[in-house]
Amino acid sequence: MRAHLPILPVLLPLVGALLQPLVGLASRHAAWPLAVATAAATAAAGIAGLLDVLARGTRRYSVGGWAPPWGIEVVLDPLSAFTVCVIAVVATLTLLAGGPSARATYEGEEPTYYSLTLLLVAGLLGMVVSGDLFNVFVFLEVASISSYALVASGGGPALAAAFRYVVLGTIGASFYLLGVGCLYALTGTLNMADLAARLPAATGSPLFGGGIVFMVVGLAVKMGLFPLHGWLPDAYTRAPAPVAAVMAPVATKAAAYVLARVLLYVIRPEGLPVGTTLAWVGAAAIVAGGALAATQVDARRLLAYSSVSQMGYIALGLGLGVQDALVGAYLHILAHALMKAALFVALAAAVLDGRGPTLRALRLGSRMPITGACAVVAALSMIGVPPAAGFFSKWYLLQGALAAGQPILAGAILGGSLLAVVYMYRFTEAVWFGEPRAAGGPPEAPMPLLVGLVALAVASVAVGLGNAALVSNVLGPAAAGVGR
Amino acid sequence: MNYPYWVAVGLLMLGLYTMIAHRNLLKKAVGMTIFQTAIILFFLLLAVKRDASLPIVSGADVDPARFMNPLPHALMLTAIVVMVATSGVALAILIRLYARYGSLEEDVIAERVASDEADPA
Amino acid sequence: MTQASGLPGLALLPSALAVVLIVLSRRRPAVRETWSILAAIAQTATVAAMIPSALSGTALVWSPLTLAEGVPLVLRADALGVFFATVASALWVLTTVYSIGYTRALREHAQTRYFAAFALSLFATVGLALAGNFVTFFGFFEILTVATYPLVIHKETEEAARAGRVYLAYTLTAGAALLGAVAWIHALAGRTDFEPGGILAGQGATPAVLWGLFILCLLGCGVKAAIVPLHTWLPMAMIAPTPVSALLHAVAVVKAGVFGLVRVAGFIFGPQLLREIGAAEALAALALATILLGSLAALVQDNLKRLLAFSTVSQLSYIVLGVALGGPDAFAGGVLHIASHGLLKITLFFCAGALYVATGVERISQMDGIGRRMPLTMAAFATAAFLLAGLPPGLAFASKWRLLRGAVEAHAWLAVATLAASTVLNIAYFAPIVARAFRGGGGAPMREAPLPMLAPLLITAAAGLVLGVDPDAGARLWSLARAVAASVGGAR
Repeated sequence: MRAHLPILPVLLPLVGALLQPLVGLASRHAAWPLAVATAAATAAAGIAGLLDVLARGTRRYSVGGWAPPWGIEVVLDPLSAFTVCVIAVVATLTLLAGGPSARATYEGEEPTYYSLTLLLVAGLLGMVVSGDLFNVFVFLEVASISSYALVASGGGPALAAAFRYVVLGTIGASFYLLGVGCLYALTGTLNMADLAARLPAATGSPLFGGGIVFMVVGLAVKMGLFPLHGWLPDAYTRAPAPVAAVMAPVATKAAAYVLARVLLYVIRPEGLPVGTTLAWVGAAAIVAGGALAATQVDARRLLAYSSVSQMGYIALGLGLGVQDALVGAYLHILAHALMKAALFVALAAAVLDGRGPTLRALRLGSRMPITGACAVVAALSMIGVPPAAGFFSKWYLLQGALAAGQPILAGAILGGSLLAVVYMYRFTEAVWFGEPRAAGGPPEAPMPLLVGLVALAVASVAVGLGNAALVSNVLGPAAAGVGR
Repeated sequence: MNYPYWVAVGLLMLGLYTMIAHRNLLKKAVGMTIFQTAIILFFLLLAVKRDASLPIVSGADVDPARFMNPLPHALMLTAIVVMVATSGVALAILIRLYARYGSLEEDVIAERVASDEADPA
Repeated sequence: MTQASGLPGLALLPSALAVVLIVLSRRRPAVRETWSILAAIAQTATVAAMIPSALSGTALVWSPLTLAEGVPLVLRADALGVFFATVASALWVLTTVYSIGYTRALREHAQTRYFAAFALSLFATVGLALAGNFVTFFGFFEILTVATYPLVIHKETEEAARAGRVYLAYTLTAGAALLGAVAWIHALAGRTDFEPGGILAGQGATPAVLWGLFILCLLGCGVKAAIVPLHTWLPMAMIAPTPVSALLHAVAVVKAGVFGLVRVAGFIFGPQLLREIGAAEALAALALATILLGSLAALVQDNLKRLLAFSTVSQLSYIVLGVALGGPDAFAGGVLHIASHGLLKITLFFCAGALYVATGVERISQMDGIGRRMPLTMAAFATAAFLLAGLPPGLAFASKWRLLRGAVEAHAWLAVATLAASTVLNIAYFAPIVARAFRGGGGAPMREAPLPMLAPLLITAAAGLVLGVDPDAGARLWSLARAVAASVGGAR
């Protein structure tokens, strides 16, 4: 079993997705428990993989026994194992928490919904563990197509948003593929390790620069990096609440991981201003996303633009390239996944209760104190109040910006915090104040939602308090060697 | 003699333009297909060699230089499948959109969505 | 000298536990209030237990975990930290008793939230008091902001919501500035420890960099310290219930801001460095401006709590002035004023609350003859007011006198003049209140506020007097203050 750990995180959700329709024939109600169980097993496999990597070092797995670089390789190293854990664990919690919401939205169509969601998870995890550039593309499309369908399942306005998502997402994925093609033309290989070895000899060709640009632009679209984020606000706003809860925290993270992997570990462009451009684009994303979020009236759109802003932090860290900045970016992958998931789940609770989605219509707090409290914890993490995880990722990013001699970028990080104060305050105010509604219905969100939500909120703080251990054991080694 | 690459680039631009500039959603979907096909063409062009024959091998004695590179073709089979799947999803969405809003024009749909929200029936 | 010990961590425990216990006992008010009082007493005792070691120069240190790579969470019970923590904790005990009286008398809503937020605020205050490095300080500083917000908006009226928004806007923006400063210091010096005399000298930082850091620190701490022009939130926050205004806005929040400035001036920059780059003078100038403007604004107020708020704005800058002037007398006087102002201002707020509860009076113009109805309260008010103005033998006289001496020593004649003028202004805005209160013939029956409210204000007023006579009585506050000044080494 241990030998197969690298491929398990992809296999398990894939099998789970295929089982869903079969199980659905027998019983509609078994779909959710099966989905959560599959996700939990995936998370367990992910954690086992991470522990294995920490103990024994990077693990490579040749799919089908075909040896790389011609065969397709799956690689678990500290960074990929970490990202697998993040995606799998957060997906498990959001699937758990989204159960009641999914039942309300899909009423009997749940097996299809869970099948698509597990396919999405399989795709994302496949992107993360792939050691082969084209394989990344395949799983990228698996994840993307699933997410197109999931967004479209909202009906009505969601269809228009989904179509836009299809078009823009395809442009992104295709650009990525074009970039892969350029690099393949240069070196004749698609395997990441092999490419890293061969590329330095080929940096003179214009295909090199072209390939980088195409790949980065394509991944930026998938990541939702301003100004290529056009699909994101509509998609997150129109998607049904359970879909947004599962998709929003993790989908863009896998693309960010691929960007990090490709740029820092494979291509490592010297002499080209890729890092600088990425860092400044990230800073622009932080400010633009934050400013746009601050003016929104719809809570979902506010969270969507907040995601745009937060992805800017990750891009900034990756672009700066110094050790602390990379650690901050990686930590932010985890921190943001946790807090965004908590916020979307809290929103789902509100929608279940018949409130929202505009800010004026929220008001949960006094009626659902635990839900409201978790939303506050997530909001504080977003703003960057210690000891939540959000503070520490910003701390490392700040140290990185200062170490790289970029005070303006450091200012952008702090400015982003201030913007987060504005929009998170508006969100939290809507949750706790707002117009009172006549009491009726249960006094708290359904138990599965509550359990997932509390777990996410607690994790936000626990990760914050324990981040030193995480950094020294996982993220530091992951960034070492590539951090300047 | 690089004109095939220029064709690929031209198709790429055409597809991109169609996706962005046209108002009709079906045309956007068509543009998407053209766009993806252009990329497939680009990859296939990478496989071409002068005076090379088809990469079907019999016997053990093989000189790779005499055959076309089969790898891009294999990769593009996958890409074609992806393209078809994406088109399928896009067209399914379009069918639903048409059924719901009675139009495939982007601005008309946006208008109808907005009026739905302002005035929920 | 330091010594590892769990005692500083133990000081955090009572308030942390209290938050949980208070929420759990939300349906039983008596139990809830008991937890509050017990926690306050436990915290005071624990902190006071650390006074002897702090005085002897051995700081007890507790460093249980690493916050981030290279950044440990450190609690160091040195003289300054113990000083502030003791003052805050002791006043928490009295304020809790007072709060119980106040919330019961007015049948306030959301009492669980109120007492829990109070406990959390004190947790944060002790944390930042005992913080051994700037990052730890920053963490508790931000937690303090968040913990006090529910107290500011307690009344949940439109005005309260607005005050809360302004409060958050100011304090969280300041937090961002402070974070920038802390991160920068860490990047420069590799650490952010609070060390007497500062850690920035000799790090190769240019004056421009030092000024940038100084301005960020000033913004970061200056909002809470209500330095003009960052003080606007304080009068608005008077919308909160009086016990909240009393402890938090006269003792904990604003004192945390000033405390931060003391740490910055004495333990990050160091008085020498501040003087070298000219920041000490800038700080002194700001302090003088605040002292005067605050007092002048207080003169024209009719709402009693707003007058007290502006008086706080003015008085806080005495501490800033002491830190800016830098000599042993001035520094020690400034630090001691943390306690003087805290004790006496809290008495005044307690009295204001007592007046409101017993008679509904909020404005000075309504206070005619109120001294007949509530002689004890107004006597305490008068005592505290005149002692705060600087009349001997009050505690404020002790701190002001030292400040004056320090100013004279430093030939800072403008400071001397301002201190004198401020004393006059203080009397000018307090005297009319006292005069009004005792004007008019008798006849109104005596009806004081309930005992839980009356007792604390009498105790604090008396303490202001007793400690004025002997500032070292009890908690040895004066010795602590002097130890701080000596360690920082502000000799010219």
